Amino acid sequence: MANFLVFAETRGADLRKVAGEAVSVARRLADASGGGEVHAVVAGPPGVAQKAETLGRFGADVVLAIEHPALATFAREAVAATIAQRAKSATYRAIVLGFTAQGRDLGPRLAAKLDAPIVSDVTDVQIAGDSLTVKHPAYANKVVVTLSITGTPAIVSVRPSAFAATEVARAARVEPLAPAVDPASTRVKVVQVIEGAKGRPDLADAPVIVAGGRGLKAPENFKLVEDLADAFGNAAVGATRAVTDEGWRPHADQIGQTGRQVSPQLYVAVGISGAIQHLAGMRTSKTIVAINKDKEAPIFKVADYGIVGDVLEVVPALTQAVREAKKGH
Amino acid sequence: MKIAVCIKRTPDSETRFRIGASGSSIDEGGVKFDMDDFASYAVEVALQLKEKAGSGEVVAIALGPDNVQETLRKAMSMGVDRAVQLKADAVPFDGLAVAKALAAELKSGAFDLIFFGKHAFDTSEGVVGTATAELLDLPCVTAASKLDIANGKGTARRELEGAAEMVEFSLPAVVTIDEGIARPRYPSLKGIMSAKKKPLETKPAQLGTPRVSVKGMALPPDRPPGRIIGEGSAAVTELVKLLQTEAKVL
Repeated sequence: MANFLVFAETRGADLRKVAGEAVSVARRLADASGGGEVHAVVAGPPGVAQKAETLGRFGADVVLAIEHPALATFAREAVAATIAQRAKSATYRAIVLGFTAQGRDLGPRLAAKLDAPIVSDVTDVQIAGDSLTVKHPAYANKVVVTLSITGTPAIVSVRPSAFAATEVARAARVEPLAPAVDPASTRVKVVQVIEGAKGRPDLADAPVIVAGGRGLKAPENFKLVEDLADAFGNAAVGATRAVTDEGWRPHADQIGQTGRQVSPQLYVAVGISGAIQHLAGMRTSKTIVAINKDKEAPIFKVADYGIVGDVLEVVPALTQAVREAKKGH
Repeated sequence: MKIAVCIKRTPDSETRFRIGASGSSIDEGGVKFDMDDFASYAVEVALQLKEKAGSGEVVAIALGPDNVQETLRKAMSMGVDRAVQLKADAVPFDGLAVAKALAAELKSGAFDLIFFGKHAFDTSEGVVGTATAELLDLPCVTAASKLDIANGKGTARRELEGAAEMVEFSLPAVVTIDEGIARPRYPSLKGIMSAKKKPLETKPAQLGTPRVSVKGMALPPDRPPGRIIGEGSAAVTELVKLLQTEAKVL
């Protein structure tokens, strides 16, 4: 029997979707190794503990809540020090966290502090006795690597949306966890958080992504992409590198090898030719739709449904049709 | 201003990979290698900071077999002053093991700043830079998309999912560099000539025993072949029908 520790990520005082996914992964691993406990750490401003109680739904036995006003933003040094202290005072088989902006900062810190082996951005985790094996898409998703990890605790960061957050009937008890260092006085301080587009889910969380490329011809035509995203109602907006390099969209919207890697239920590629670097960021999407005027464009080789045509004509028609289809529900 | 940049030699990102005969590595036959993209952004940022300061030194460090010397020469042809190779037969897939070897080299260097790429294309893990910072007990900003250094302090922007944060930090510090921060310069002919005479020191890497090992590599499963369902806005009705009844995503 082995216990597992999870970093359940928050933004402000709200849990992120990846928190439930990480807890579910730990629950499955704990069950597979004899039914140990899952302890989920949350860090946030006062009030976060109450919200985090719901992590029991995904299989947490204990929620360890670090509450402090200075944790309204990600006080990375204090969070890392507190989790490391906890991990040293108890025995954990593994520490599970999300491969997100926070997680890719926190994971390596924990690895160094605990002298623990780390694997990042994994899409599969299996445990059998002392053996822990993961799959990690490397070479920008072009090669899937199977890695074996020896040593305890193992630090495993999981790719957002690669694992389901599975509900189980469980109630978590909440315990306070005191910060190991003062979150208000660390060497790296968040001085400002710049919020992105309001009312739209992030690329990592959205079931639908509408992405635009140079085929839109001009930055103002990105409105067509946004309108289509609005018609779906639950869609995020992405872009190709060509478009972000031109400054039509912020770099943070870039999907591809050097940008975000996404796996939504539906990916709509608007005016995107499908360069290999772009495909590396979205080829694991469940369903791909492509609209492009060049029928030889490589995007059509991966698109489940392709329409050859002028995006300026086809996209508004599609937006209208999606609106009507949504109304019919 | 004394800056270290840790760089990696990785395959050309446009490569169509094949798996090697061992089943646990890529087939390197015909594959071009160069300085990793993110590492090249880090080199550019370091050179710009040195130029702005008007004086200082930029040192490039790479871990690996002798073929990394070519990558280090490239960094020097861009303007890096000197280079260090931490010699190892191969770069393990264990980010913490690599970080330990780099930290051992960096700890006595008295650097104001130590840069890394956000991650390297091949391993795509992003462990080494931030872990090295922790081992050195230095402040660290992971994946900075903007960076400003003034009066012994740094300010950086980090992209979060759907937001961004501005952070302040004290020097010395470690920063891992995201895309979009700077366009790497091409080496000039003069740069290429002078790089040949710049010092490149080789010493053994203190790697220790890796605890993460590669058991296998495979290409991801192919998607089913694409299908064009029609032309122009006339095809929209069919598309919506397929999304509803076949793909069931609408």
